[in-house]
Amino acid sequence: MTGLSSADASTVEKIAQNFASTPGPVIEILHGVQNALGYVPAEAIAIIASVLNLSRAEIHGVVTFYHHFRSTPPGRKTIQVCRAEACQSMHGVPLEAHVKTTLGIDYHETTADGHFSLEPIYCLGNCACAPSIMVGDEIYGRVTPAVFDELIDEEKASS
Amino acid sequence: MTTTVYIPQDSSALSLGAERVARAIQREALARGEIINIVRNGSRGLYWLEPMVEVMVAGERHAYGPVTPADVAGLFDAGFLKGKHHSLGHGRTEEIPYLAKQTRLTFARVGIVDPGSVADYLAHGGYIGLRNALSLSSAEIVNVVTDSGLRGRGGAAFPTGIKWKTVLDQAVEQKYVACNADEGDSGTFSDRMIMEGDPLTLIEGMTIAGIAVGATQGYIYARSEYPHACRALARAITAAKEANFLGQNIQGSGKHFDIELRIGAGAYVCGEETSMLESLEGKRGEVRAKPPLPAIEGLFGKPTAVNNVISLATVPVILARGAEFYRDFGVGRSRGTLPLQLAGNLKHGGLVELAFGCTLRELLYDYGGGSATGRPLRTVQVGGPLGAYIPASEFDVIVDYEALSATGALLGHGGIVAFDDTVDMGKMARYAMEFCAIESCGKCTPCRLGSTRGQQVLDDLKAGIRPDENLKLLHELMDTMQYGSLCGLGGMTPFPVRSALKHFPADFGPSRD
Repeated sequence: MTGLSSADASTVEKIAQNFASTPGPVIEILHGVQNALGYVPAEAIAIIASVLNLSRAEIHGVVTFYHHFRSTPPGRKTIQVCRAEACQSMHGVPLEAHVKTTLGIDYHETTADGHFSLEPIYCLGNCACAPSIMVGDEIYGRVTPAVFDELIDEEKASS
Repeated sequence: MTTTVYIPQDSSALSLGAERVARAIQREALARGEIINIVRNGSRGLYWLEPMVEVMVAGERHAYGPVTPADVAGLFDAGFLKGKHHSLGHGRTEEIPYLAKQTRLTFARVGIVDPGSVADYLAHGGYIGLRNALSLSSAEIVNVVTDSGLRGRGGAAFPTGIKWKTVLDQAVEQKYVACNADEGDSGTFSDRMIMEGDPLTLIEGMTIAGIAVGATQGYIYARSEYPHACRALARAITAAKEANFLGQNIQGSGKHFDIELRIGAGAYVCGEETSMLESLEGKRGEVRAKPPLPAIEGLFGKPTAVNNVISLATVPVILARGAEFYRDFGVGRSRGTLPLQLAGNLKHGGLVELAFGCTLRELLYDYGGGSATGRPLRTVQVGGPLGAYIPASEFDVIVDYEALSATGALLGHGGIVAFDDTVDMGKMARYAMEFCAIESCGKCTPCRLGSTRGQQVLDDLKAGIRPDENLKLLHELMDTMQYGSLCGLGGMTPFPVRSALKHFPADFGPSRD
């Protein structure tokens, strides 16, 4: 076991045990692990596999299938920018470019100071108030580059 | 005297600052010694007015919006707690034309009730459908739903009653109800609005479904992209359990039904029913070959009624008011009402529930108010990312399943995304292929490879490389995807591309500037 503290390892094991008797538990467990640790470390896969008596390949396959699960630690705040059609119809594409330039990173990357991770998302269901982004668990609609800059300043000031 | 003030907790209202408005109103009321009771309701679906604050005055609700925290002191000064005039005022909510012209059956309580309260739900006609269902046999419930003409609102439009009958006819002890709440289509948000604004309607509909098909366990497959909806559902499930509307021996009827909320993990393809079942089982969301139908061999290999949120949320009103009542709305084979979602570049985006039969033009202009940017509308995409683009010359089409499909389009889940005349349809077509490549489950080759190859061919067309040859190749590729893919993701990605090619061919070559 490398890279995962024994406390984190026991958190993963506990979560896996909690769901072990639920029907179809793998995704539930992965949500639990990501909520607790911020991501699904490679080492967690072996623990989950051993608790559920499945192969590591089966768990790895589930982790990599879903966009929501990440295999690396996120920044302090994850910013998700909607790329779907309704947002595109309201200048979502220039907003995407502005977000990337402002943060200095591309999708699936984290800023050098560890503050922000950037991910694309395909529809937040806020399509009458496009374009939309999500910062952490908070959703924002009718986002312009100026609104985005304000949000980032507030985030930086509050941390 | 306590005044009731409604401030939505709907995601879109929150995205426009409803939380800050709620805090500002609470603070201002305290400072002024006004006694108010804030109810966090769902949204009425008039999204250009959100955050829309309503005040109950003499049994009627008065609307103010869009409210920002800076407006709050002025609203108090003007006497909004007594429904008095203010520049943000819209008078009685029920009389706002956008709302007054609608036929809200599925959405009857959305924006009106406190979504977490069983008592409020009961006070607004909730659980009458279940009570009626409990006095009927399973077969009789299925007959009512069949006779109502309700068709699957997820997009496939398969008759709900016939699906239920198939599940009912399976002589197996363990069966399931699985609610598909994986609303991933861009331009759609009606499922989210139900889950956030009136989740007990969905829970009641699922309970009736369970009793009808003989299932005691239901699952709701919701989205990780909808954290607010997930929280509202979880609260409502707990409230329903506490009030014995879920669990063992529901209301002393001897019937059992329970619901578990499962949250997906960001995969568009999991909105496809067999992929959703795989995901509910905790696996990669790879599409299953059909047959067997899920109604015969579904979740964990057992007979499963898989229904969309809106289909299930419409069942209570059908059981409460009868099959005929519902069937009398609509046209042709499209019976009842459809909650349409006006999205994208529209001035008045929102939720419009109407009987089938209105035209696209009425929706876009009479309700939607034309484009938000003030430029002419060029096209709309109906039915999500796999739906066709309809050009402005065809806006007189009637919005029902048959009429749209006759023009080569589809209604899907009722989402309408509008674009103004600055849209580049070559880019939208390429995006359709890109989206398919990103979201393909990878099981079948036409979808997995076709989508990536489609992007390359579209890029070549754009660059002016061998246009005739590449156009022919693109059509052949799309035939392969359409007829050779296992599910609608690969099978329908050609729809937006073909419609864009047909109506806007000039957007596909090298730019003239």
